[in-house]
Amino acid sequence: MYTPKQLRAEIEELLRLEQWSDAHVYLGDLWRREGKASTAGFISSCYRGLRDHLYMKKYRVSFLRSMTIEPLIPMLTSAGLVAGIDLIARVGQFNAHAQEILDPESSLYSFNPDLVFLAVQTRDILPGIWENYTDLSHEEIQTTVDRMLNEFSTWIHTFRHRSNACLVIHTLEKPMASAGILESQQSEGQMAAIDRFNADLRKICKQYRGVYTLDYDALIARHGRMRWHDEGKWLTQRMPFATDSLLPMASEWLKFIHPLSGMTCKVLAVDLDNTLWGGVLGEDGRAGLQIGPEYPGAFYRSLQRVILDLYHRGILIAACSKNNHDEAIDALQNKIGMLLSPDHFASFRINWRDKVENLREIAAELNVGTDSIAFLDDNPVERDRVRTGMPEVKVIALPDHPQGFAAALRDCPFFERLALSTEDREHTRLYHEQHQRAELSRNVGSLEDFYRSLDQEITIAPVTPQTIARLAHLTQKTNQFNVTTRRHSEQEIEEFASRPDWGVYSVRVKDRFGDNGIVGALITRRDSSICEIETFLLSCRVIGRTIETAMLRFLVENNRAAGVESLQGWFVPTEKNIPVRELYSSHHFESIATRGSSTLWRLNLAEAEISQPEWIRLCDASESRSAEQARA
Amino acid sequence: MQAKAGVPSKRVLKRVLRIAADVFQVPESSLSAGSTPDTVESWDSLHHLELVLALEQEFGIQISPEEIEQLLSIELTAALMEEKSPVCGVPDAD
Repeated sequence: MYTPKQLRAEIEELLRLEQWSDAHVYLGDLWRREGKASTAGFISSCYRGLRDHLYMKKYRVSFLRSMTIEPLIPMLTSAGLVAGIDLIARVGQFNAHAQEILDPESSLYSFNPDLVFLAVQTRDILPGIWENYTDLSHEEIQTTVDRMLNEFSTWIHTFRHRSNACLVIHTLEKPMASAGILESQQSEGQMAAIDRFNADLRKICKQYRGVYTLDYDALIARHGRMRWHDEGKWLTQRMPFATDSLLPMASEWLKFIHPLSGMTCKVLAVDLDNTLWGGVLGEDGRAGLQIGPEYPGAFYRSLQRVILDLYHRGILIAACSKNNHDEAIDALQNKIGMLLSPDHFASFRINWRDKVENLREIAAELNVGTDSIAFLDDNPVERDRVRTGMPEVKVIALPDHPQGFAAALRDCPFFERLALSTEDREHTRLYHEQHQRAELSRNVGSLEDFYRSLDQEITIAPVTPQTIARLAHLTQKTNQFNVTTRRHSEQEIEEFASRPDWGVYSVRVKDRFGDNGIVGALITRRDSSICEIETFLLSCRVIGRTIETAMLRFLVENNRAAGVESLQGWFVPTEKNIPVRELYSSHHFESIATRGSSTLWRLNLAEAEISQPEWIRLCDASESRSAEQARA
Repeated sequence: MQAKAGVPSKRVLKRVLRIAADVFQVPESSLSAGSTPDTVESWDSLHHLELVLALEQEFGIQISPEEIEQLLSIELTAALMEEKSPVCGVPDAD
């Protein structure tokens, strides 16, 4: 194990040798070992030369603030850099959050952020309630709270109409009770006033897309209210944070940036021995494993509880362990005290092979990129093997003692989500059905027989408020069957749908194994006699089943009926969208222009003939919608 | 050997130079005991605050508002660290 000093020397050497991805891995180690202000300066300096050699996600973040937060920014950007996110951060004028939102010409909007944090605190927003609570009457308190909620409401509304960026608002933290222990004897007190403000603020945020709250009070409580603030620095520098609060604050911001920038993992691959349970199955036998509500099995049970929570969040769980497969399944199935059972796992690679190889197979089986996998293993040697063998896999740093395992996994930002769709919750079930479909494709003869046997029914429907989140998610996540790979936020999707000449459609697919949910998206833009396909994508779950033909036919028929003369679309090649390379040519579109490596394809609707694949039933959107409403 | 108040030991001076180089994002060789906000371009008021926070973290101490104003050179900074930090005389853990 390197000391921070040795790590720095190693990193400088790796940079000198131009071993970029190794340097990136070691910088991550250094940050986890020593997440301090000075380390942040060192890390930022290193990435100045490094960032161009790595694939980094660029993301623009703007802060509206009522306090000094500048010293936190290098810490936030360092934490981002080591996680593969290249943050471009802007800090607004001190205490000018309202002006910047309300002024359409402000630099908030011209910066064109992807995400905006409104970082405010109770003493700036409700100074009376923070400071002079005992001087105020009940009515005065209620009026103060209402007036401020009104202002927030105006800010949010204005922001939402001027920007497509996401907005994350700090909720208000609680002071030390002005009434002492009397506070908790009262039903309406200082804390209740702040609780009401926060609860109503959450309700307001829920009415808008892409507006979220950061529970600032819970963050402070988690780290210790007595130790969070530094009054000296607040009074002299307007910086409220104690040094020990800097890292927790920056990490909390990053938790939002991960899901909003798409830097998330879909799969958690877990080791078994001494990770999911205490002991080694091959040596101790099923009876000797430690798992249960008592020490020491409770440490592992807590970890299983966190994994189960992730499972319910829609994360796919895979087992990646050196063991005998049947024995391990038997332990998961039958060992008393186990919270996880084989049903919770979407994939198993329990064998004696190299874990790198196993992780590649897990990715292939689950149809995800290896960069979507997080790897949990108690053994530092295995972690190191995966980190160097597959630098794109997120290797979760575990402490030496199993006592800290559950917290380490819970704090991993790659599994943060801001919304749960039904699809997310049912992910593992969907993958089980996929497994059965794959089995079927091995059993049946010709491709057409296979298509027929699937008994597919698809519904192409205009986007609704209920499906916006899913469509945005698909544009952000779909890499393979995606002609333009344009990423869109929920707000953008909503905005496209409101434009008169645009069409935004969801594609739902059912088959004999179940409902796949919404797995495709179409966005089109009409310009007099031409309709251009802006987005055409299908989830990899349903590739290779001729659904794209049915979607194109839908566009042809729909536009022809509306008097459109031709349908056109760009194909923008990427490293991953090979499956869609032939989409337009195989449906008789003609290539009419190129720009860089992109090509524009056009289909003349007067002569076009795209026939509906006979094995796909196209369902009327209005019917299925009323069915959905009936269900709701 | 314990340094006298006002004269920082070499070890503490070296640590402060390393932290300042990190915070100001300049090569350590460009700084010296005599460096001040006037001679280091990035040593502005926000970086000064960042330096204070970094020192607090590294030396495990708290720096008061009055002391913040006294940190007018690397040497003065190191001298204050020498005075305040209980672990300064102890060799680095690494």
